[in-house]
Amino acid sequence: MPKKTPLYDHHVKANALMVDFSGWQMPLHYGSQIQEHHAVRKNVGLFDVSHMGVVEIIGKDVVHYLRYLLANDIAKLKNEGDALYTCMLNESGGVIDDLIVYRFTDNHFRLVINAGCRDKDMAWMQKNTVNFDVKLTLMNDMCLLALQGPDAIKKLEFIFDKITSEKIAALKAFQFYIHDNIIIARTGYTGEPGVEIMVLSEHAKKIWEKCIALKIQPCGLGARDTLRLEAGYNLFGADMNENTSPLISNLSWTVSFKDESRKFIGRDALEKEKAKGISQQLIGLILESKGVLRNHQQVKINGDGIGEITSGSFSPTLNKSIALARIPVSNATDALVERRGEWMNVKIVKPKFI
Amino acid sequence: MSDFPRELHYTESHEWVRLDNDDTVIVGITDHAQHQLGDLVFVELPELIALEKGDEMAVVESVKTAADVYAPISGKIIEVNTQLETRPELINEDAYGEGWICRIKPDDLEELDELMDADAYGAQCEESN
Repeated sequence: MPKKTPLYDHHVKANALMVDFSGWQMPLHYGSQIQEHHAVRKNVGLFDVSHMGVVEIIGKDVVHYLRYLLANDIAKLKNEGDALYTCMLNESGGVIDDLIVYRFTDNHFRLVINAGCRDKDMAWMQKNTVNFDVKLTLMNDMCLLALQGPDAIKKLEFIFDKITSEKIAALKAFQFYIHDNIIIARTGYTGEPGVEIMVLSEHAKKIWEKCIALKIQPCGLGARDTLRLEAGYNLFGADMNENTSPLISNLSWTVSFKDESRKFIGRDALEKEKAKGISQQLIGLILESKGVLRNHQQVKINGDGIGEITSGSFSPTLNKSIALARIPVSNATDALVERRGEWMNVKIVKPKFI
Repeated sequence: MSDFPRELHYTESHEWVRLDNDDTVIVGITDHAQHQLGDLVFVELPELIALEKGDEMAVVESVKTAADVYAPISGKIIEVNTQLETRPELINEDAYGEGWICRIKPDDLEELDELMDADAYGAQCEESN
């Protein structure tokens, strides 16, 4: 039985093309994913991302537990209302999932995890609670909405009220504010300003309806993917997985080695990998000619070997095809990609396209 | 919802064929096909050559996937819709009109009888949904 978010009927009513995503019936688009993409880059768009999992972690050892569980260091979260992006690694340094961790109080945190990773993450996290006084709960009644785009913050005044919108406008990236039990966080997956809203399902429906009444464009997973790719954000399962470390996934910046006494899961493996020398890197590709780069296409770098596209798509903003690819470490500035038996020239760039 | 004009002939691989007054045919992909593909961003047009029915003649690429377009009838391609080079979205907007792909001079017009009519094609699409 495919799972549905509490907003399923709202998507159908908005003429969404519903598709399976990690066992969830989700909107791919509501007519045109390119139009939705432009709405987010130029104005504002609304996403239902309630398929993602919200995990509540409570207990007196939460800080110790999360400093052991996660590769980034939650000691960086100085205040209540701070959030952090991090990977959760296995013992070999492979990425089990990437997630955002939110600090409420010293003994109360929440994680937002990928939809397809819910079961394995819960099992892994549960297994690692041994020695820690913590309690984990997957909050199944929680919805997640993302309001993204240059006009997103302005719209909050009409969705909530003026005071709330001013509070949110004053926040920095990765800070959150709680209004009437609704978590409003300055986070997102589009490369635009905006918020992600964590809210119980009944209230989520009301917020969705208000946004639609305000003529905010609903956006599906199609636009979400092209937006995140342009912004250079990795997608778990495509750009990294259990067999790739953050060090070869352009995510070294999310691993905190600073506190030498912090023995987080995967640390030994990453230190060995660093000592041996990093052999691969995740880079960006731009196709200057016509066509669309696709996942798993081979990338040939003159003299430096072969790599593979991990996420290939079309950039509506640049009006050309772009991709993330994992290639051997190289100083090359161009490469060749095989498409239907022909080798096309691509430019190697930093993995951020906008 | 998808639209299946009565006067057209259809293939299992989602091409449509319209017989013109001069006994040439115009070919495109169906509204159902464009809907399944999503926003088109690139069309590799056919070359002006002779083809057998079923030969690959063009490629349409959407944001999410690429699909081959097959010759629905044997003959010679005599014209292609060059507008699609800069405006592939015409296929999304008007699959049976401005989004046409090419014109073929058929070797044997009777091959049209082997194609599906609107009802049969509509039923095929219904089944795959």
